[in-house]
Amino acid sequence: MLDKEGIAKRIAREVSDNSYVNLGIGIPTLVANYIPPDHHVVFQTENGLLGTGPFPWEGEEDPDLINAGKQTITFLPGASSFDSAMSFGMIHSGKVHMTILGAMEVSEHGDLANWKIPGKMVKGMGGAMDLVAASNKTLVAMQHVNKSGESKLLPECTLPITGRRCVQKIFTELAVLEIAPEGGFILLERAPSVSVDQIKNATKGRLIIKGEIPEMIF
Amino acid sequence: MIDKRVSGPTEALRDLGDGASILLGGFGLCGIPENCIDALVQKGVKNLTCISNNAGVDGFGIGKLLATRQVKKMISSYVGENEEFERQLLSGELEVELIPQGTLAFRCLAAGYGMPALYTAAGVGTEVAIGKETRNFDGRDYLLERAFDADYAIVKAWKGDHDGNLIFRRTSRNFNPLMAMAGKITIAEVEELVAPGMLDPDHIHTPGIFVHRIFQGKGYEKRIEKKTTRKR
Repeated sequence: MLDKEGIAKRIAREVSDNSYVNLGIGIPTLVANYIPPDHHVVFQTENGLLGTGPFPWEGEEDPDLINAGKQTITFLPGASSFDSAMSFGMIHSGKVHMTILGAMEVSEHGDLANWKIPGKMVKGMGGAMDLVAASNKTLVAMQHVNKSGESKLLPECTLPITGRRCVQKIFTELAVLEIAPEGGFILLERAPSVSVDQIKNATKGRLIIKGEIPEMIF
Repeated sequence: MIDKRVSGPTEALRDLGDGASILLGGFGLCGIPENCIDALVQKGVKNLTCISNNAGVDGFGIGKLLATRQVKKMISSYVGENEEFERQLLSGELEVELIPQGTLAFRCLAAGYGMPALYTAAGVGTEVAIGKETRNFDGRDYLLERAFDADYAIVKAWKGDHDGNLIFRRTSRNFNPLMAMAGKITIAEVEELVAPGMLDPDHIHTPGIFVHRIFQGKGYEKRIEKKTTRKR
């Protein structure tokens, strides 16, 4: 079973050279730490910066320089700052190649829910509805089951959705899965020392298993 | 040159009354008009509709206006980090419209460019789409979203001049230049107000034509919401 860092490390392998990528809050933020040094990847933060760098050294935080999670950040050489319309312009026009974000639920059709639990929690969608609606590649980093042990990979989302048929691949502590065009979670890889049965038990939606399922490579 | 200078936030907000709709710049606590928010609290205007990406935090930013119950309706994209907000929302005291962040930006942009509406893919097939016209272009669905029609825009810039030309710094730019263009009356507070000719025309983000009143703010706290650092 993978920890958060492990999930981030595995997703980092999906990021192509010479690409622009938007990272969501949580596990996705960690992905930046595992991009191979010879890969040219520019990270976008939708509040208005291309070319985000690492967190600042203590004492060097700039209140005018934050990421979409409101964390203090730095920028790298070649960075650019812009307003929110231009930021979502680069997202909606498909210039941002890939979105990696968290989820509360994903359905076997690739529907994503991550912004609201009716009557309990209302945080809002922020930029997530834009990011998943845009014609880019959407990867999800999430825990396979919730705190009560219930699957978050479902036949249909029970929570209000963020986007319909928008997710391509899912990375959890147990597995890598792909959404099949006709619906269903295609099991691509197992986390180290995780069995196919464990993944079956943790997946409520239709799981598609074809042949031997390899263990993840990092 | 047209002199847009006013003495401070009190004069800038002189005609803003109960029930006004206000676009407020900023993302989180970054680039928010701190001086005008304090002046709105002091003025005590009620039943405001505030359009802003976030609703501040407890006791800071728009959180101050929520604490005094001056806000009737909030239009935002993300409202975590504020317990008083969540309490007022769940109890039904506060009317809230949550919209995608890009839609918030584009609705400002449309207003600023004199366009009544625009189409966006954000929110198609979700709660956000309820009651909205959907149209298919080239095989993809889009929602029709209306331009904002707000009485005031209150923005915060890094530098400005007497004409109202504005320059923003780093990610504190966010919604500020868009909202500046979208307001019927636009008020800009700046960290540094300079004389005409001191700003290079090539460096201006918001031309002064969009700004009606400008003043140099005082005592910016610039609170950091999530201080995150590397250890040396």
